[in-house]
Amino acid sequence: MSKISDAIYEVHYMDTIASGTSPVHRVHPLAKLLVTIAYIWFTVSFDKYNVTGLITMVVYPVALFSLSEVSFKHSIKKLRIVLPFVVLIGIFNPIFDRTPRFLLYGLTITNGMVSGFALFIKAFLTVLASYLLIATTRIESICYALNILHMPDMLVTQILLTYRYITVLLSEANHIFEAYSLRAPFQKGIHYKVWGSLIGQLLFRSIDRASSLYDSMVLRGYSGSFKHSQLPNARWQDFAYPLLWVTLFAVLRYTNLISFIGNLFI
Amino acid sequence: MLKHKNTSERKFDKGENTMHMADALLSPAVGGAMYAASAAATFYSAKKIKEDFNPKKVPVMGVMGAFVFAAQMINFSIPVTGSSGHICGGMLLAAILGPYAAFMTMIAILLIQCLMFADGGILALGCNIWNMAFYACFFGYFCVYKPIMKNGMTRGKIILASVLGCILSLQLGAFSVVLETTVSGISELPFGVFVAAMQPIHLAIGAIEGLITAAVLVFIYQTRPELLDAEATDNKFSLKKVIAIMSIIVVLVGGALSLAASSNPDGLEWSIGRVTGKEELEADGNVHNTLSNVQEKTAVLPDYSFGNESVAGTSFSGIVGSAVVAVLCILLSVILGVARKKKAKTE
Repeated sequence: MSKISDAIYEVHYMDTIASGTSPVHRVHPLAKLLVTIAYIWFTVSFDKYNVTGLITMVVYPVALFSLSEVSFKHSIKKLRIVLPFVVLIGIFNPIFDRTPRFLLYGLTITNGMVSGFALFIKAFLTVLASYLLIATTRIESICYALNILHMPDMLVTQILLTYRYITVLLSEANHIFEAYSLRAPFQKGIHYKVWGSLIGQLLFRSIDRASSLYDSMVLRGYSGSFKHSQLPNARWQDFAYPLLWVTLFAVLRYTNLISFIGNLFI
Repeated sequence: MLKHKNTSERKFDKGENTMHMADALLSPAVGGAMYAASAAATFYSAKKIKEDFNPKKVPVMGVMGAFVFAAQMINFSIPVTGSSGHICGGMLLAAILGPYAAFMTMIAILLIQCLMFADGGILALGCNIWNMAFYACFFGYFCVYKPIMKNGMTRGKIILASVLGCILSLQLGAFSVVLETTVSGISELPFGVFVAAMQPIHLAIGAIEGLITAAVLVFIYQTRPELLDAEATDNKFSLKKVIAIMSIIVVLVGGALSLAASSNPDGLEWSIGRVTGKEELEADGNVHNTLSNVQEKTAVLPDYSFGNESVAGTSFSGIVGSAVVAVLCILLSVILGVARKKKAKTE
């Protein structure tokens, strides 16, 4: 499958899983958005050597994967995008920070090794949190949450429209690219002589499509502002959800729970 | 053919992501500060779009966002090198939609990329908007594209403005990635090494993106010139805007640079080395000598600060604690899974 087909499949797949009916899917989008932001905030705020503290933060993704029926395997695929750059940065920590931290069965563990490992855990956890948000919340609902947070109307409308048209234009691009590949086999990418005309044609088609879209919007009563879909009123669970999670994150962040549990067993 | 194509795409993937910041590389303070800076630019852009509101532009912006998204997926072969590049889209959008609408459209693209494809992160979104949208749409447009296009558009001017605009905005973006990571204090990579690695790569990426952008804009100019932003060619050159954008960049980059310098002893050692010819300053005096002796005697390994038993003790309880938490997590997962299935059955 080509990269464009991959992207089309990905958008459809995420749309499908976000339409689930699990208890997590039913939580108010604003509550989920705030919890995700709080989780990422607390996770990245851990000291760069605090690996054990970071491990306690695993509780959130574990609970959400269990409750939401979302595939953990699929979420791992998302890591391949973020991980290369993080690995590229983190790999230098053991090289540049060789201060010994502790001995583990005769092996000297340096500060750089610990901070590098902590960086990978942070990358892993933050990507999982973002994935869990989008896997349990439709993009329209996230836009609704952004509206409540008083984000500019223009921006919310752009997100919705861009998202709606991504698959359409990806299909257009796929057709163009496949047609080109058939005419120019074994060629790596688009030849420089047709850079302008190939993308230009896609651009013209996009603008013509935007013109038709505007006409159909006007016929349906569009006069410059969008009416966003309304969600049912928040229930008490929607208030309890962020309150409980944020309290737990704060406890995990500001207490050394791992050492406390460890000491109980030593 | 497919196999060949996929291999080239994987290669291109690696180079593409060096500009997308991940949450893990940021401290909350840096992430928050960049969110604030990007939010200010967003609200300002929304206000400017409202002032000159054209309802027809709304769907164009939305569809153009999707267009850039799709165009980013297409690989362009780079002559002679045998590698391929891609388009980022900020400068292209600014040349067609104008800077404010382009900025809004880029935010929508970056947000969808971050949520749907995990390209970037939610906390890092402020940084990514700044690094990839602000520099291209504001600096690239007001400080490069518009001044060059003054007094009319020509093919040569389009090529010059696109290449220069893309190179400079990507250089600023890459430098900002280095600053944001260094100030966050996550990476041990020395500031100088990081800059030396990032800037040349992005010089090449910027040049390629500039050429692709130029090719598309020249094609539009020759076939449907009415689609290009008309305001770019008016004679109203706003020095005030150029100064304002440059000031914002200088304040932010300068502030971050001073923070990075203060938290980066390598830079200091390098400076000392330049002045004295030695990497470290030699100190004379009894106090210094006595403290050096004490340090040498108490150190388990020379040149390393080791010898704190409590650290190892804490680490051991940490390892035991982590193992217990791992078991608890598995149990939690099983219990929640069973409870969910039971509930589903009763429903």
